Amino acid sequence: MTSLIAPGDEAGVAAAVAEAAAAGEPLAIEGRGTKRAMLRPVQAARTLSLRNLSGITLYRPQELILSARAGTPLAEIEAALAERGQQVVAEPPVLAAIFGAGEGPTIGGLVATNLSGPRRITAGAMRDHVMGIRAVNGLGEAFHNGGRVLKNVTGLDLCKLLTGAHGTLGVITEVTLKVLPAAERSGTLAIAVPDLETGVRALSAGLGSPYGVSGAALLAGEVPRALLRIEEFSESVAYRLGRLREALGRFGDATVIEDDESRALWRGIGEAEPLDARPEDAVWRVSVQPTAGPGVVAAAGLPRALLDWGGGLVWLAGPATAEAHGRVMEAARAVGGSFTLFRAPEPMRAALPVLPEEGKVLAAIRGRIRAVMDPKGILNPGKMYTA
Amino acid sequence: MIDLPAPKPDVMARREELLAGLRALLPGDGVITEPARVKPYETDGLSAYRQPPLAVALPRTTEEVAAILRFCHRNGVRVVPRGAGTSLSGGALPLADSVVLGLMRMNRILEVDYANRLAVVEAGVTNLGITNHIAADGFFYAPDPSSQLACMIGGNVGMNSGGAHCLKYGVTANNLLGLKAVTIEGEIVELGGRHLDAAGYDWLGLMTGSEGQLAVVTEVTVRILHAPEGQRAMLAAFKGTEIAGAAVDAIIGSGIIPVALEFMDRPCIHACEAFAHAGYPLDAEAMLIIEVEGSVEEQDMLLGKLKEICSRFDPISLKVAQTVEESLAIWKGRKGAFGAVGRISPDYLCMDGTIPTGELPHVLRRIGEMSADYGLQVANVFHAGDGNLHPLIMFDANDAESFRKAEAFGADILKLCVEVGGCLTGEHGVGVEKRDLMPVQFSPFELDQMRALKSAFDPQWLLNPAKVFPLEGNPVLRQAA
Ligand SMILES: Cc1cc2nc3c(=O)[nH]c(=O)nc-3n(C[C@H](O)[C@H](O)[C@H](O)COP(=O)(O)OP(=O)(O)OC[C@H]3O[C@@H](n4cnc5c(N)ncnc54)[C@H](O)[C@@H]3O)c2cc1C
Ligand SMILES: Cc1cc2nc3c(=O)[nH]c(=O)nc-3n(C[C@H](O)[C@H](O)[C@H](O)COP(=O)(O)OP(=O)(O)OC[C@H]3O[C@@H](n4cnc5c(N)ncnc54)[C@H](O)[C@@H]3O)c2cc1C
Repeated sequence: MTSLIAPGDEAGVAAAVAEAAAAGEPLAIEGRGTKRAMLRPVQAARTLSLRNLSGITLYRPQELILSARAGTPLAEIEAALAERGQQVVAEPPVLAAIFGAGEGPTIGGLVATNLSGPRRITAGAMRDHVMGIRAVNGLGEAFHNGGRVLKNVTGLDLCKLLTGAHGTLGVITEVTLKVLPAAERSGTLAIAVPDLETGVRALSAGLGSPYGVSGAALLAGEVPRALLRIEEFSESVAYRLGRLREALGRFGDATVIEDDESRALWRGIGEAEPLDARPEDAVWRVSVQPTAGPGVVAAAGLPRALLDWGGGLVWLAGPATAEAHGRVMEAARAVGGSFTLFRAPEPMRAALPVLPEEGKVLAAIRGRIRAVMDPKGILNPGKMYTA
Repeated sequence: MIDLPAPKPDVMARREELLAGLRALLPGDGVITEPARVKPYETDGLSAYRQPPLAVALPRTTEEVAAILRFCHRNGVRVVPRGAGTSLSGGALPLADSVVLGLMRMNRILEVDYANRLAVVEAGVTNLGITNHIAADGFFYAPDPSSQLACMIGGNVGMNSGGAHCLKYGVTANNLLGLKAVTIEGEIVELGGRHLDAAGYDWLGLMTGSEGQLAVVTEVTVRILHAPEGQRAMLAAFKGTEIAGAAVDAIIGSGIIPVALEFMDRPCIHACEAFAHAGYPLDAEAMLIIEVEGSVEEQDMLLGKLKEICSRFDPISLKVAQTVEESLAIWKGRKGAFGAVGRISPDYLCMDGTIPTGELPHVLRRIGEMSADYGLQVANVFHAGDGNLHPLIMFDANDAESFRKAEAFGADILKLCVEVGGCLTGEHGVGVEKRDLMPVQFSPFELDQMRALKSAFDPQWLLNPAKVFPLEGNPVLRQAA
């Protein structure tokens, strides 16, 4: 059993980290632990939880800016934004279908994992909307980077460095996000396509059109379905879906999915629900150039797949074996892409690379960056890489 | 005036030997040392500062870049990467003992892939060169700095440049997929790729806006987009800056994010009108140019909503372009703003702070007071949607006192930006210009931590040193200053 430290303010976080650094004792960092099972298991006697560092600290709808302490539940932020007709741009998923419902993710955890949903393809990733950050490094020293404005190039961009670093470079205590108005209406064109390759061609044609497609997914199955979403004012949704239908009809029979149903459909896709992962499955998330998506599905040879981001985000589920993992890694590597072993039993995650290995040069720089941010190596050691 | 570190005596003493070494790496005319040919490289867009370098090296391939960096690293020679040299913050200013590494000969577009919506280009391709290459197929590269005719994609990555349309399309960092870069040791690395969000540390994000401090970029994989069906602008002029600010709030609050939302103050309106005769209302205190995109019907729908919102704020004039030509006429004055100010005053400093948009009226009032105190005119252009403020401070470069005052005025404006919750630079970078203001925004510890991260890439501080970080407190450069 690990003991839990859950400070209520940044000074408490800094003190806990400083103490652990002095003792040379590793800390597992968590928001609400919804992604504890992500990446490699961390060997640490103590867990530092951000759950008590919670609450929205600044919200200026007209400035498109929201700041919140790291442990604030995503649900709380989404509710506050919805009251003013706004949303978290990157559409971050909760992934209850993959990790279980639990209490829902925290904003710090979502930033630490840089998870983005379907809208990523046109509106940017979580990391594109982190305007400011407060954090504590591995010696217990608090710092800020970025700010509460939408454009800022002052100094090195540590917001981006910490986003997606899975807590290995600092404990995030507060984040400031760029937020945007939620569209008045959502609508989806669904095209029944003969195969995945044709489906990706349809998605590419849609994404390469002037109509601002904000979601482009491909559901595998007997008859694969290519889905293209428009989020706009009502008049525009009708108009643009009409134009897309004309332009893409050549790829297969097309139908329109209206507002509420469209919203539910895309929430599900963000959550990877159509992947239909079995409880015993391992889950992989592969990122490649869109036209390579179908080839990755074929090369991995796994029973379940889902494509998002125009074909470039490939979710795969299947047997939790080293052999299957090897095929996924090779499929991604062959097309210059990236992968994450997203969910797997602990021994598998401990034994296999959960992310692509970096080359020698980058690995050396990474080591020196770790030595700056966490010289004692106590923040989530081993979470991303073995060394 | 800004201090630069003293040249390294050993490097200066070995000048001829080092130049011979460089020439051996770049046969032909790849190394420039004649004073007349070095001249254009002595300064950048911050032309008040000039410094001839040791030499200018103009490689044509990534391998040549690697060879030069390996050589400079081995010999302890400082390197200043350079694109087109349009930096307004002195980011590309040479040091006396440095080799300027110019990427302009690496100007090939290597690949365009419409199915995957990306282009692979060398660092010396101009920003507009990318769009021009793909425009016939309906595509464009979104970030559009006003300098886009000249500035290069490598320099855009160096500064994380933005443009008038970044409210909708994002800045450089949001439009990249991959980089090929060379470390100071001469090692070639690939960051990102042709896909989104590679797992692992965000090297791409850390490199973008790092002002040539971490590595030299030689190739860039950018995202490209299909152009919208069309776009059209409207103009709205108001009796006060507060009123215009409230109108901006109402627009954003309505759920419309225009592709561009530009604000000009009274001095700027007058300067632009005198220059461009764009029909701007001279009795207005503030003017907005608002642009929307889509089909003609969509433009009509959005412009109708925007017109209705603006009309609630007692506008002096509201003009919705009916045609593309009318739209261009509205933009004409704004696009010529720098030239227009240049006509009133031959010399001006273009500042670049960001503020929370709600602080605009307060900040403009304070800038007006400072302008009176310093006895220098200022015109303000503001990207109203994202809070990026560009005061243009007019001075006389032939008068040292006038220049000193202009720099002090500029520094006061940037300190004000930080004081109201903003930052020192929204898109032009720190360079040498704002280097010594960094302690206004960062604590000594925060600066040390950033310096240590630079050292993780460049332990000897050979890559574009003396920029971004104050010399005071620098472990490597201090003794040399
Ligand atoms: C079993 C499982 C596997 C997953 N695998 C992946 C994956 O491979 N890739 C992926 O992108 N997403 C993955 N996710 C999704 C992601 O982890 C969560 O959606 C979300 O980020 C977690 O929010 P949380 O508050 O519960 O964070 P937690 O689960 O508590 O933490 C998520 C990660 O962020 C770190 N972290 C949390 N808070 C902070 C903070 N304030 N400062 C610094 N670091 C912090 C944690 O150490 C951990 O590494 C996975 C989720 C689950 C349940
Ligand atoms: C009239 C005018 C208008 C402008 N308008 C805008 C605007 O609207 N928005 C905006 O953001 N900026 C604007 N700028 C500023 C400037 O154009 C940008 O900063 C531009 O990105 C610089 O590109 P460059 O090729 O000229 O780079 P340079 O000025 O040569 O270099 C810029 C910085 O990047 C580094 N660098 C250059 N190339 C590389 C490389 N290959 N690898 C690593 N580091 C490199 C340099 O060392 C330097 O620090 C404007 C400038 C002018 C003169």
